[in-house]
Amino acid sequence: MLCRVAESLFWMSRYLERAENQARFIDVTSNIALGYRGRELDLWSSLLHAGGDVETFKETYSAPTQENVIRYLLFDPKNQNSVVSCLAAARENARSIRENLTTPMWEVVNQFYLRVRKAASESNRAIRQPHGVLEQIKRSAHQVLGVIQATWSRGEAWHFSSLGYHLERADKTSRILDVKYFILLPDPMHVGSQVDVVQWAALLESTSALEMYRREYGRIEPAKVVDFLMLNTRFPRSMRFCVRDAESSIRAISGTPMHSFSNPAEQLVAQLNAKLNYARATDVIGNGLHQFVDDFQSQLNGIGAAVAESFFQVNMNTGRGMQSQRSFMR
Amino acid sequence: MNASPGNFDELLTSAGTPRHPALSDGLASLSAEMLAERQRHAEEELLEKGITFAVYGHNDGNEKVWPFDVVPRPIAWDEWQIIESGLKQRIRALNLFLDDVYGDGKIMKDGVVPEELVKTAKTYRPECQGFRPPGGVWTHVVGTDLVRNHDGTIYVLEDNLRCPSGVSYVLENREIMKRVLPEVFYGSIIASIEDYPERLLETLLKTAPPHISAPTAVVLTPGICNSAYFEHSFLAQQMGVELVSGSDLFVDDEDMVWMKTTRGPQRVDVIYRRIDDDFIDPEVFRADSMLGVPGLMRAYRSGNVTLANAPGTGVADDKAVYQYVPEIIRYYLSEDAILKNVPTYLCSVKSDRDYVLSHLHELVVKPTNESGGYGIMMGPQASQKEREDCAELIRKDPRNYIAQPMLTLSTVPTVINQTLAPRHVDLRPFILYGEDVWVLPGGLTRVALKEGSMIVNSSQGGGSKDTWVLLKN
Repeated sequence: MLCRVAESLFWMSRYLERAENQARFIDVTSNIALGYRGRELDLWSSLLHAGGDVETFKETYSAPTQENVIRYLLFDPKNQNSVVSCLAAARENARSIRENLTTPMWEVVNQFYLRVRKAASESNRAIRQPHGVLEQIKRSAHQVLGVIQATWSRGEAWHFSSLGYHLERADKTSRILDVKYFILLPDPMHVGSQVDVVQWAALLESTSALEMYRREYGRIEPAKVVDFLMLNTRFPRSMRFCVRDAESSIRAISGTPMHSFSNPAEQLVAQLNAKLNYARATDVIGNGLHQFVDDFQSQLNGIGAAVAESFFQVNMNTGRGMQSQRSFMR
Repeated sequence: MNASPGNFDELLTSAGTPRHPALSDGLASLSAEMLAERQRHAEEELLEKGITFAVYGHNDGNEKVWPFDVVPRPIAWDEWQIIESGLKQRIRALNLFLDDVYGDGKIMKDGVVPEELVKTAKTYRPECQGFRPPGGVWTHVVGTDLVRNHDGTIYVLEDNLRCPSGVSYVLENREIMKRVLPEVFYGSIIASIEDYPERLLETLLKTAPPHISAPTAVVLTPGICNSAYFEHSFLAQQMGVELVSGSDLFVDDEDMVWMKTTRGPQRVDVIYRRIDDDFIDPEVFRADSMLGVPGLMRAYRSGNVTLANAPGTGVADDKAVYQYVPEIIRYYLSEDAILKNVPTYLCSVKSDRDYVLSHLHELVVKPTNESGGYGIMMGPQASQKEREDCAELIRKDPRNYIAQPMLTLSTVPTVINQTLAPRHVDLRPFILYGEDVWVLPGGLTRVALKEGSMIVNSSQGGGSKDTWVLLKN
């Protein structure tokens, strides 16, 4: 597969996943806002902190009101992580490698983009009542995933896409956990108080995790929620699940067996996977969840850079030795 | 609706009766309102499917949805047989001509085509002199422009021998038509076109360098901003080959072409290049080109890679050389041209030039080396100032201009503001040349959407129609 194509597949998938998560972020925050006792501005600015968007936000907007933050995260074309920008970037990547996608995949990505663009053209209504738009974004994102599952051969292209999806999803689940944990549980002593359950349920719901959590653990307890979103091996949005899938995609691409590595991407992803395999939620909380998540995110960034180095900027040695490669490639 | 007097309508006779009774059963059952409704469906579908083309200088991401009209343009089987054999004849002769121009130059030595005219064509490439591509195939893909004048005669307007585009829209138009007008397809009297990608792939693989047993073909695009990017992507996808940009390829010290893959370099044997000669290799042609591949011509001339179409083919579709095509056919094939040329005045010839300069108000003046409808002066519609400017250009560089009488292109009913109105059309059939010459039945019908306009180019507001070659029952 062409390096350029691999890179575009990777980024197309990251942007699609990012758009969906942006919608989830907004959704959980508006859910929490309904019963929130603190200041509206604190709640919504926490969302900006989670995305690392505070500085660029300040360039255009005065205060982090609900309306401003939603506009910024959903529709602001100047914000490169807004849903509108993510969809434009995902579609542009898809368009540049359209021949590597199946026709239904291209069409569903294009339709997703057109829907969001239409919503952006009626943004005032969408911002006053964001629920409908957010639902539509999530549903469209799932539609893309469904078409990928149903129509795309599990070849190299699929693995680069899957890698992009899982790295992005791992990052976003960790962020949603981080910011909400901070808001909901500023002091570990508050564990168990009455209001928590409603808010933690809202958090789980925003990652579509509430029902799955209930089946697994029943009652809502912060440590178990952390365990579920961070370390669960069956829930597809958990950090560990995503890192595990990222590792298997990298290994499928390079053909290196488990417990060994042939490039920096494999080394780093396997290290992170091992760390999660042997972690315990109560230890993580005891040692500081925020720090753990912070480290996790920088390790993910390291993996992203290593993927680029290992697969997108491959050193092309010319001359002798290539002739034998030729038959191998076929 | 009746055809306007003085026009040739492809669907209706001047008396208003259908020209193609077999077709009209299906179509006649649809009212203008229903057609307009289907038209809306078609446009929604094109948007959702992202079937677009780029217009330079256009806003909104430079992308426009492909303009399509649901009323098809039919061609009777008997007439198509003539067109098809005429196109095959023309392509064979033009390839022999290219072989000769870049080979021994017999046709010039024999005085049939002036050497001066050939060698002064901007598209003549001295770099190709002495090289013969595999099988003597220069033009793997051609899109010849045909028009029908009001008297019913079909003319060849242009031979597009370089990087003709439009075939993806032919295929997509057909897919849309099957969905929005399925009733007309029942009983299937229409020649199918769906095997084009398969034929194109076969053409490319058959013309690979002869020593390669399992060649790898790619499509080379200038990139996502090119007006025909959709087509490049579409054809690569349909053939199952990689779509590459210049920066995805490199040529090594042994003049081999490679593409950069996630597992290291992979050899490339055939390049269906959709980049003009000028831009394919900055080492040989334009040094400022960012689109091409340095060293590509070295690899080509060493016989390590096939370029489709071959560099240098433009000399045979120069609009002044065009004038000689009937002679070229006679010279190589000893046959009369089956398809007619439009009478053409070469401004490089003094008597022709004098005539052109004194008849600008009734002639169409074209630069010899442009495509896409750029640089054309339509005498009857131009202002006095435009005609004077044109005369000035001709005097400065006569070799660069030809003139032709203004034709009245035939019309086809077209959905305009919810109702049907006649609009002028042309036709671009596509011809593949690998082992043998093959013509896609039908082609791209382009339609000028403005009333009375003869400018059909999509870059200038033209639309398109599905083209139906009607099989005999």
